[in-house]
Amino acid sequence: MTKLRPWLPLIGIGVFAFLLLAVAPLMLSMHWISNLGKYCAWAIAAVGIGLAWGRGGMLVMGQGVFFGLGAYAMAMHLTLETAGPDSLPTFMILYDPLAGLPAFWEPFRSDAFTLLAIVLLPVIVASVLGFALFKRRVKGAYLAILTQALAVALAVLISSTIRETGGDTGLSNFKYFFGFVLNDDGNKIMVYMIAAALLIVCLLVAWQLSRSRFGELLVATRDAEERVRFLGYDPANVKLVAFVIAAVMASIAGAMFVPIVGIITPQEIGASASILMIAGVALGGRASLFGPALGAMAIGWGQSSLASSWPSGWIYILGLTFIGVTLFLPMGLSSLLGKAKDLIWRSRPAPVPATAAAVQTPKEVKK
Amino acid sequence: MDALIPPLLNGTAHGALLLLAALGLTLTFGQMGVINMAHGEFLMAGAFVAYLTQQVISSSDISIPVALPLAFLAAGTLGLLLEISIIQWMYRRPLDTLLVTVGVSLILQQAALQIFPAQGVPVQKPDWLDGQLSILGYEWPLRQLFTIVLAVLCVIALAAWLKYTSFGRRIRATVQNRDLAESSGIPTRSVDRITFFVGSGLAGVAGVAASLIGGTNSQMGAQYIIPAFLVVVAGGIGQIKGAVIAAWVVGVGMAYFADWTTGSLAQVLAFVLVVIFLQFRPQGLFTVRSRGLA
Repeated sequence: MTKLRPWLPLIGIGVFAFLLLAVAPLMLSMHWISNLGKYCAWAIAAVGIGLAWGRGGMLVMGQGVFFGLGAYAMAMHLTLETAGPDSLPTFMILYDPLAGLPAFWEPFRSDAFTLLAIVLLPVIVASVLGFALFKRRVKGAYLAILTQALAVALAVLISSTIRETGGDTGLSNFKYFFGFVLNDDGNKIMVYMIAAALLIVCLLVAWQLSRSRFGELLVATRDAEERVRFLGYDPANVKLVAFVIAAVMASIAGAMFVPIVGIITPQEIGASASILMIAGVALGGRASLFGPALGAMAIGWGQSSLASSWPSGWIYILGLTFIGVTLFLPMGLSSLLGKAKDLIWRSRPAPVPATAAAVQTPKEVKK
Repeated sequence: MDALIPPLLNGTAHGALLLLAALGLTLTFGQMGVINMAHGEFLMAGAFVAYLTQQVISSSDISIPVALPLAFLAAGTLGLLLEISIIQWMYRRPLDTLLVTVGVSLILQQAALQIFPAQGVPVQKPDWLDGQLSILGYEWPLRQLFTIVLAVLCVIALAAWLKYTSFGRRIRATVQNRDLAESSGIPTRSVDRITFFVGSGLAGVAGVAASLIGGTNSQMGAQYIIPAFLVVVAGGIGQIKGAVIAAWVVGVGMAYFADWTTGSLAQVLAFVLVVIFLQFRPQGLFTVRSRGLA
């Protein structure tokens, strides 16, 4: 059994994939399929936050920025596709029929450019931002506040540019998704399957990263940044890579959110949306593999079911979740699982104390 | 010149409001290292106290001066409750105080939404704030001058309290070296509580000022919290003079940006400029020199 242990996460991902991709489409109604798709989108962003925050120790409170980049890239493409070639989106015609399409919209007519932008835009923004912040050793609360400020800034910017981005009402009424009619059950399932498959891919990426040299370095940077620096690594680069990967995941999440939910507004990317993304990760367990994704899905479920039927209660539950988890379960629900596992896998040797682990590092490096 | 002077006053008044909101944070965040995201909701509580005082004392001439100390007490008490119930367990985990207080702020916002009308409540301005004062040929609304005077008074009071009273010395001693302070006979736990009480109470005072300028509703705290934190970070942690300068620069800068572009674009520009500024001075305007690595 002990030989199986390193592969348990992979088996877990396999079971999860089977549930999402094979069982769910057969068992669930269309209503729940699209809800589950929405939770998958949030879970993708959460996997990225788990990487940056749980493994890298960077509390990124502004993932809404990257979620928004991906979402608006996709939404602009879908809006243009719905409008048809050489014509303006409806909201622009209502606002000012004579003005042309803003220049930054034009390239989003192309399928390939849109897909590329969804990946490359967050890479560029996160690289510049991360380089600037991490090289100056901005961390902890400062990073959290600054990233949150940027999410607020982007939401305000989009709200105020009605003519260019649709403002507070956002972009909606998409009819086509890369040539497929969106108002069709088969195509809806297809969009859901893409989101679920992307979530599985992100989990695989997170798993692979966590067992790689890079993953070890990232955790080391989280726990003892100075020591990593003295060992000759640049912690800024290590954090930058994790930050960029998290940003790309958030952007992909935003891009999948748009065709599934059918609308994107500044509220979905602002301060409270960014905090909601954090909530799921904190609840599930930020440092674990499945914790962030499952936590985000749980929060997503609460958001969509309770928030409509019992809005005030939902906010209280959300607030109490933050308080309860932080006070009593700082590593989230998954730490409960870890404790239960310890009880079951009693046969394994006791964890090596930190000092002994440090002595053993040279052996680890050779791997 | 005509285009340059009015934004200066608007900006100074806005900066004074930001400063009032940030002043409590220089204590709780700067001195104690607690990242209190519910600070904005304490500000909101102060604004609602102003409204409630007016329900009891109908003359707004008297009710606003009465509301100021009441708001201080109310917000301070909220802060004290938060410290005793939650924060005291988390001094070793500063980043987690952020998460826990995000939860507190959500709950307080929702509670305010349920207790008071959703669209907000009106706070009457006192008659003695209605007029304008003519200085240098420009009309300065008294409402804005009031905010500025209030901010200046709070800054002086806080700075004097920290510098000259024995209590201020105890706070500084606790911040600089908790263990040594403890062994010198300073009750550090009660110092923590009173510091948090005063820091939160200042948010209540800011709330009264905010209620005279903008709307009083459950969302008002959320709109001040991030700018207030940016002011504290840009000014240098725990530095009152840094916070004063940063708040004034941000306030005036935003007023000029708003004059040249639009209000929301000004907010975006101000945020981006603070982030860029921190590139050059990551520790803020003023720093306490230490031999620490970070």
